[in-house]
Amino acid sequence: MTAKQIISRISLWFAVLVIVSPAILFFLWMLSLSLKFEVDNAAYPPVFIPEHVAWKNYADVLASNRFVTYFFNSLIVTGGATALALMVGVPAGYGIARMAAHKSAIVILIARITPGLSYLIPLFLLFQWLGLLGTLVPQIIIHLVVTVPIVIWIMIGYFETTPLELEEAALIDGAGRWQVFRHVALPIAKPGIAVAFILSVIFSWNNFVFGIVLAGRETRTLPVAVYNMISFDQLSWGPLAAAALIVTLPVLLLTVFAQRQIVAGLTAGAVKGG
Amino acid sequence: MRPPSYWPFVVPALVVVLAIIIFPWVFTIWMSLNEWKVGSPTTFVGFSNYLRLTSDPRFIEAIGHTLVYTVLSVLLPLVFGTFAAVVFHQKFAGRGFLRGIFIMPMMATPVAIALVWTMMFHPQLGVLNYLLSLVGIPAQLWVFHPATVIPSLVLVETWQWTPLVMLIVLGGLAAIPTEPYESAQIDGASLWQVFRFITLPLIMPFLFIAGMIRMIDAVKSFDIIFAITQGGPGSASETINIYLYSVAFTYYDLGYGSAIAVVFFLLIVALAALMLYMRQRMLWSEIASDA
Repeated sequence: MTAKQIISRISLWFAVLVIVSPAILFFLWMLSLSLKFEVDNAAYPPVFIPEHVAWKNYADVLASNRFVTYFFNSLIVTGGATALALMVGVPAGYGIARMAAHKSAIVILIARITPGLSYLIPLFLLFQWLGLLGTLVPQIIIHLVVTVPIVIWIMIGYFETTPLELEEAALIDGAGRWQVFRHVALPIAKPGIAVAFILSVIFSWNNFVFGIVLAGRETRTLPVAVYNMISFDQLSWGPLAAAALIVTLPVLLLTVFAQRQIVAGLTAGAVKGG
Repeated sequence: MRPPSYWPFVVPALVVVLAIIIFPWVFTIWMSLNEWKVGSPTTFVGFSNYLRLTSDPRFIEAIGHTLVYTVLSVLLPLVFGTFAAVVFHQKFAGRGFLRGIFIMPMMATPVAIALVWTMMFHPQLGVLNYLLSLVGIPAQLWVFHPATVIPSLVLVETWQWTPLVMLIVLGGLAAIPTEPYESAQIDGASLWQVFRFITLPLIMPFLFIAGMIRMIDAVKSFDIIFAITQGGPGSASETINIYLYSVAFTYYDLGYGSAIAVVFFLLIVALAALMLYMRQRMLWSEIASDA
């Protein structure tokens, strides 16, 4: 290696360090906050690595009955909204791609531009009339605003790249459209469905604005529950940070382990819900 | 043989889209023409909700906050994201893993993130002021002072969304052929010259897309602002979206809130159109200067 190559190597690593450290330091600090007793969290200068680790912050959060309820609420809302979105969105993406109905993407675009709160005003009234407030149904339905466009958008892009020849052959052999979709197109599209599933789960799980309006005391999802802890628990940083980390941990793990799908999905459609 | 129709595949999604996207829009427009408060009878009032907007100082102030917040939250991630993309375009050990770490801020739950940033912004106990003190900068009030609240929130937004710009630009870099770089190397161009005259023009379309997406998301930004400041202190960080929330779901003035929602949507469309127009003009002037 020449001196010049060594210098460029060092400056590259320096640049990498500069770029990645805001993310690394933030999450390490989050972890540090969540593992400290109040004495350490209120200390100045700040304690970075505590002498006594406060595992009890996590134990307290997990032991609370409410937190478990909210966890299941989040699971039901995200699971329901994602499952429904896949059921209607995957066939729709297929139909739109095969009909080459590109103008229909305009609706997806409108959905993408519209602020989440605009959906909330009319749908809030609708749910009130239907007497659904106080159940999880309104939240599952309104999360479709986020999940359905993501799934349709990604599936259009994916089905446009899958080969037509097999489908045509199956049609000539006398298979119906539905059979072709079910037995030919769908199996090939599995990687695309995985991408749509992962992004739909993440954006639904993270959603806050719908819950803050529609959730009652019993129907809060985790982001809303954590937000409410801020107002009541201003001074106990340890348990708060622990709760925040538990809420976002599933998403962070998905990000690390399904990075390839996430990157593919985000750069293909560059969609984000909300 | 009649070509198969694909309509049956689309119908279920169409029903859902009609119910949760089209219907709310039509209903919102109708509500915006009414005096519509929760708990009192509704009356048709024509455009008076819209007229009220023009003389609502809080709304006008919110437009200003939104524009400042948006411009900063588009430009900063574009600059840092492009730099990050150029770096991640190089080959180095652990690149995939580090890229995974790098995109974590944008995937993490915004409210959870906001909570930790609130602790970091704390004027007495926050880690940010401690870090500033290490390099001799006096303590700041961050989100607790009207003058610094928007820049502080933009800091969070930039930290969160720089990765998205990076991913989009990285996609652009992957599509650039290697020849221009080889000839630039032979000509002895500096790193900056290579970036400025080869890389930047070639990734322009991707930067534009990234800027557009960033604009749409920054204008609508809600979670971070609401969870950290709720529009405060006072109304110093109250953007249109935060004001819309107060009007609709704190005062339950749904008619007026609907009018804000409609104007807000039109504003986003107008900003997108403006960006498209500027991009078009840039392209034309490039063609003109080439001729």
